[in-house]
Amino acid sequence: MEFIISKYNYWVYIALMMIGFYAMIGKKNLVKKIVGLNIFQTSIILYFISTAAKKGATIPIIAHGNGEAIHAVHAAQYVNPLPHVLMLTAIVVMVSTFGVALAFIIRIHRAYGTLEEDEILAKEE
Amino acid sequence: MTEQFPILVVIIPLLISFTIFLFRLTRYRYEWHLSMAATFFSFLVSLSLLNTVLQTGPASYRLGGWAPPWGIEYKVDYLSGFMLVIVTLVAFVTSVYAGKSVKEEIGEKGGVPFYALYMLLVAGLCGIVVTGDMFNLYVFLEITSLSAYALVGVGYKRRAIVAGFNYLILGSVGACLYLLSVGYLYIMTGTLNMADLAQRLPAIYDSRVILVAFALFMAGLSIKMAFFPLHAWLPDAHGLAPSVVSPILSACVIEVAAYAMIRVMFTVFTPAFIFEVLPVREVLSLAASIAMIGGSIIALAQTDIKRMLACSSVGQMGYVILGVAIGNHTGLTGSFMHLFSHAIIKASLFLAAGSLIYKTQIYEISNLKGIGRKMPLTMATFTIGALGMIGIPFTTGFVSEWKLAIGALEAGKWFIVPVILLSALLNAVYFGRVLEIAWFKTDELHGHEGKGEQEKGHKTEVSASLVVPPFVLVSLSIIFGIAAFVPLSIAEKAAGMLLGWQ
Repeated sequence: MEFIISKYNYWVYIALMMIGFYAMIGKKNLVKKIVGLNIFQTSIILYFISTAAKKGATIPIIAHGNGEAIHAVHAAQYVNPLPHVLMLTAIVVMVSTFGVALAFIIRIHRAYGTLEEDEILAKEE
Repeated sequence: MTEQFPILVVIIPLLISFTIFLFRLTRYRYEWHLSMAATFFSFLVSLSLLNTVLQTGPASYRLGGWAPPWGIEYKVDYLSGFMLVIVTLVAFVTSVYAGKSVKEEIGEKGGVPFYALYMLLVAGLCGIVVTGDMFNLYVFLEITSLSAYALVGVGYKRRAIVAGFNYLILGSVGACLYLLSVGYLYIMTGTLNMADLAQRLPAIYDSRVILVAFALFMAGLSIKMAFFPLHAWLPDAHGLAPSVVSPILSACVIEVAAYAMIRVMFTVFTPAFIFEVLPVREVLSLAASIAMIGGSIIALAQTDIKRMLACSSVGQMGYVILGVAIGNHTGLTGSFMHLFSHAIIKASLFLAAGSLIYKTQIYEISNLKGIGRKMPLTMATFTIGALGMIGIPFTTGFVSEWKLAIGALEAGKWFIVPVILLSALLNAVYFGRVLEIAWFKTDELHGHEGKGEQEKGHKTEVSASLVVPPFVLVSLSIIFGIAAFVPLSIAEKAAGMLLGWQ
């Protein structure tokens, strides 16, 4: 029980990932598939951010006054900023993928007149 | 200047891509020339980098001057230099071919900025090859993939859009699995640099997180590489893409994904992990054998020439992973040699098929009766490429298959040799079918053709800019099939370095 509760962030991201995956496979509408892909990618972002958190830590900004010397800090007092930085890049990638996917959906609608996967496959038979 | 070559080979195509995109606001249409110049520059830079690496050892470049592991490092060693030359060569030759083909097939349809996307694709490919940082590889993997999805979507038939959409969904899942694996590695070691990871991982080899990270990145990159069970997007995507995009997709994009898999397997998870801790050899040799035979079987069933070539790519990626699964020096050498051989030959096959489609608008193989007499140069290119793919001696395909077979025998896995033989025979069957229809059948509907039409001065061959690029590539495969020591020496050094011999 403690195993589940103490690592609840991992369970949440796995649940979200599987929800997104199911949407990509199970839904017939193409827009819903894209939303599933988005949920899938967002769950990975959630995983990274959750690994960056520390108990009782504060924002990773070190304030220097003018002329103050650079001093060492205890890393345990600050939240790990690297996963946040990586996830900014990943969010940009996610948004670009979403944009390309929506462009595809516009073209598919123009070419086929429908956005349901089974109707598109039927038109291709 | 030469210290900046690792970054220049990525940045110049990137900048040219944005320049081309801005040029579209004016009325000047120098996109083709700009892209030819940029890919030629990248090709020269990659040759110079390979030369530097062969003489003085691996070259590295630190972005922003930050020392690794805090900064991103670009590391060019033997395998990276080799892959870079292959990728930029195919990119340059394809961009020369692109002038007429893009005008005919894509034109100004829907305002598609073809050359801008193409330059982005080349920049992404070069970036994956030179980078030494795991997350940077993910970024460039996504740059490559997004450009590839968009380029597939401008294909000739309506179905190309659905093919591009499928590719997008599956490719994004693959890249996300890779990102998850990077995340798992990061939380256990705290670093993203490949060399640093290789030093920190041995202490935690028995951790379950590392095992899952390995499984995740293998799954993710297998999707990108179209390794047999996860190949379903490839026949549609590569077969329906425009004629000028299919060569780059089949010869470069999936090969660079295979390169990324090999790089992470051997440089990050060292051979000690993948061969001793995990039974990678046994599992991968079974999977690669299934991929080789399965890819050839589905290629047998195709009636469309580009889909057949695309399914053939599925089988050929099996060869590459077979070399990894064999695991000794000769096997890895054969694997890298096959990366070289498959890139050159598959690109020239797709370019030749594109010339056939450009001239005759025929996609089905059975309708290509007697095309060998009407377009002899293009069909000659296709024939030599087909022989190279089968593995006839004096082509690079033979050299790579020979090395794989010898490596398998050295490792004691004799049962791989009949698999290679069977795959070569299947290749001979489906390529032979095309060659027979093209050269030996006559086209009854159009009457007597051949010498009569050519004597009348009626040009039936396509123009030089469409004939020369595939011919150059396929003649390179013959030249390096005879003078095999040139690429083999580089491949052997690369294999030695990855196995940790230096």
